[in-house]
Amino acid sequence: MAQSAQAAGGLASFPALLQRNATQFGDKPAYREKEYGIWQSWTWAQTEKEIEALALGLINLGVNEGDFVAIIGRNRPYFYWSIVAAQSVGAIPVPLYQDAAADEMAYVMEHCGARFAIVQDQEQVDKVIEIQDQLHQFEHMIYIDPRGLRKYDHHQLHQFSHIQEQGRAAREEFITDLKERREKLDYDSICVMLYTSGTTGKPKGVVLSNRNIIEASKSSSEFDHLTRDEEVLAYLPMAWVGDFIFSIGQAYWCGFCVNCPESADTMQTDLREIGPTYYFAPPRVFETQLTNVMIRMEDASRFKKWLFDTFMAHARKVGPAILDGKQVSGWDRLKYKLGNLFVYGPLKDTLGFGRVRVGYTAGEAIGPEIFDFYRSLGINLKQLYGQTEASVFITLQPDGEVRSDTVGVPAPGVEIRIADNGEVFYRSPGTFEYYYKNPESTADTKDAEGWVATGDAGFFDEDNGHLRIIDRAKDVGKMADGSLFAPKYVENKLKFYPNILEAVVFGNGRDACTAFINIDLAAVGNWAERNNIGYASYQELAGHPKVLDTIQAHVEEVNRSLAEDPMLAHTQVHRFLVLHKELDADDGEMTRTRKVRRRIVEDKFSDLITALYDGSDEIFTKTEVTYEDGRKGSISATLQIRDAAVVPVQTQKVAAE
Amino acid sequence: MKDVNTEGYTTEDGRKIGGVVMEMKNITLRFGGVAAITDISFDIREGEIRAIIGPNGAGKSSMLNVISGFYVPQEGEVWYKGSRRPPMKPFEVARQGIARTFQNIALFEGMTVLDNVMTGRIRQMNAGLLSQAIWKGKAEKEETENRAAVERVIDFLEIQHIRKTPVGRLPYGLKKRVELARALAAEPSILLLDEPMAGMNVEEKEDMSRFILDVNDEFGTTIALIEHDMGVVMDLSDRVVVMDYGKKIGDGSPDEVRNNQAVIDAYLGVAHD
Repeated sequence: MAQSAQAAGGLASFPALLQRNATQFGDKPAYREKEYGIWQSWTWAQTEKEIEALALGLINLGVNEGDFVAIIGRNRPYFYWSIVAAQSVGAIPVPLYQDAAADEMAYVMEHCGARFAIVQDQEQVDKVIEIQDQLHQFEHMIYIDPRGLRKYDHHQLHQFSHIQEQGRAAREEFITDLKERREKLDYDSICVMLYTSGTTGKPKGVVLSNRNIIEASKSSSEFDHLTRDEEVLAYLPMAWVGDFIFSIGQAYWCGFCVNCPESADTMQTDLREIGPTYYFAPPRVFETQLTNVMIRMEDASRFKKWLFDTFMAHARKVGPAILDGKQVSGWDRLKYKLGNLFVYGPLKDTLGFGRVRVGYTAGEAIGPEIFDFYRSLGINLKQLYGQTEASVFITLQPDGEVRSDTVGVPAPGVEIRIADNGEVFYRSPGTFEYYYKNPESTADTKDAEGWVATGDAGFFDEDNGHLRIIDRAKDVGKMADGSLFAPKYVENKLKFYPNILEAVVFGNGRDACTAFINIDLAAVGNWAERNNIGYASYQELAGHPKVLDTIQAHVEEVNRSLAEDPMLAHTQVHRFLVLHKELDADDGEMTRTRKVRRRIVEDKFSDLITALYDGSDEIFTKTEVTYEDGRKGSISATLQIRDAAVVPVQTQKVAAE
Repeated sequence: MKDVNTEGYTTEDGRKIGGVVMEMKNITLRFGGVAAITDISFDIREGEIRAIIGPNGAGKSSMLNVISGFYVPQEGEVWYKGSRRPPMKPFEVARQGIARTFQNIALFEGMTVLDNVMTGRIRQMNAGLLSQAIWKGKAEKEETENRAAVERVIDFLEIQHIRKTPVGRLPYGLKKRVELARALAAEPSILLLDEPMAGMNVEEKEDMSRFILDVNDEFGTTIALIEHDMGVVMDLSDRVVVMDYGKKIGDGSPDEVRNNQAVIDAYLGVAHD
């Protein structure tokens, strides 16, 4: 059975993998970070020294085995070292979202009882000091950037480099202790604890063992033939399991280099300079990039626009086939090569995808047009399906079998079962150990045989054996007449329009579907500029009659396409409104990974939902908003409600699955 | 501050302020018949944040221009680092370690942020024309060193993302920050800021205040600033000079100044005879 998998060659922990990498290919770069305008790099041998110094410093500071160490900051080598240093001394790293509000952070840190925190800068230090009263076990904080912190009370506050210096100075004293602690680590030791953002309720601490992470990293690396020559750009939140697998799991297993951007704002430039060979991004990133390209092409000269349109049309026709290694005529191949010279090559280079060999997207459904755009350029973009509890991988798309509407075949070592109600269950070596201090949730999610409920509804496609996910199982409901209601499916169709950033569809237990729409400020704003439409705020633009007309056209188009599918024809959107504010994680309407929290939206905007169903033409509403620094304010608006044309459907008795 | 000494003092938040680094003695500046500044004396101490405030037309900018050498006062003396400063050109003053920003941004609009900030290092570049032209030897070494210094400033002020952007394309708040960057690149011992927050929104003001405090804290730079926003001045500065109609009407800690009747009158407005 998979659960009993044993470590190969004694490589049962990340400190052990670090030793291997440092001895076998010590002079290969392990980390790069752009700082002071130059890419600074550290080899595996140097990384080992840095991590050892930090680990010794942590022992010196009094970190015990089993302690929790919170890690709060953006992707920087220092934080990745902190994770492995904490593991080396037998402590458990807990990466947190750096942009989390103070009370979210307080909950998580108190829940795990963190004694130590390693943070980025003054902003994070201030935040932790603010919540310190609520944290009973908390003792010491280590910061990386000393700026502005000179005058702070340093009894329990330490600079990262000083901790390392103290560690180096105390090497003789603690090195045997460190070695002993390191050798105690095995496949069952806890590797990391990651909090899931959770679309409902409080975050849960997912405990992942070395076995989980190393097995998942190993099999997925083999699946995509990753080598130690890959380059990745680490820019996704460190608290997210995906970053942990890519930047720690697979990076240590394969020994490839992790590149950290200079700042969040320079990500695009840094991406271009590094030219990653292995790349991961949520659909939203690909969407935004495509929107930007299209906006810039609108402003390009006629000739350039013609060149772009001509060759992109050709790429859409033959690009994916060429990528999949299928039969394509010689003439088409030649034309594609020309296109590569004039359009695709330079475009890929501008986007930073010039060298991407394996690209993944996951987390949300990706629009078929967006997906095909990147694939037609010759970028091997694939989809995977996973979650924190599975150490990411549940299904993956193999090269050559890529489709926009499926999420692929079970990852190596993963077994999948579909329950009677359509919910997807899996079992794998990557399956998490338990939720920290939460046996009820653990029992609800994972049964005695190790099967884990994903909470997603899906089915295997009969044609190719790939898994298709339709919605969150708990969001799938029934309409008043008993037919299937899968809001996500409709929302995704809406969101595939560049003008629509977010959509929330209602209809559970009702006789017709309605929707909230968020416009995409970048796309709609650009359109407004080109059409001489003045606007002062998001709210004003969202309420503009011409914008509403455009959105209405999109909704009606979606209705027509829904009408073609007998299973979903009854979920056409009858009425909709465009929200006066963007759904935001700071207001609790979305998770930090930007998934809509349906229940909260339903509660908060209940007046609007009522208006959608009572036939009124407009509604006045007032909404509380939270600013980034935690202050609260409110915005009010009168929203128009529009009716969208629907295609009449014959009431047929469809046997819902 | 009546008695000039080298003792210095300790601020409320525990910073040590050193001795007098610059002293203005009985400065009078006239443009034709108009007296812009009349008989003003005050000092600036090492490591402090010194503000000059006053209503419109009080002579604040003129005062700053006297310090930076742009105007030569008809009467009075400027003492810098213990010796009397003869009348000199602005570039000579800059060479002495006094850098400034301007009320109306004075950047090279067509050049990138990086190039603009590099101009702040002119003082540190001595390589000959030939060496510069072929970019070998001294010139190359100098440029590398100066670029490294400039990159630290860019990092400090968090403008990495606009490093290669032409200044003309930047919004106002960022231009102000770039100007501060250029002044900082010169590694000044005294930094003069002419209305650093003018025209900014609340958030930009907060950012700028933080940067000013950080500059003072991190590099120990002495800062003299002119500002309209009383809230900002009172929060930032250690000591404040208040001017009205070219005369000094108050000098002291923010608290002292706030409670000074002459200052209250000048700001709230009383009838002048």
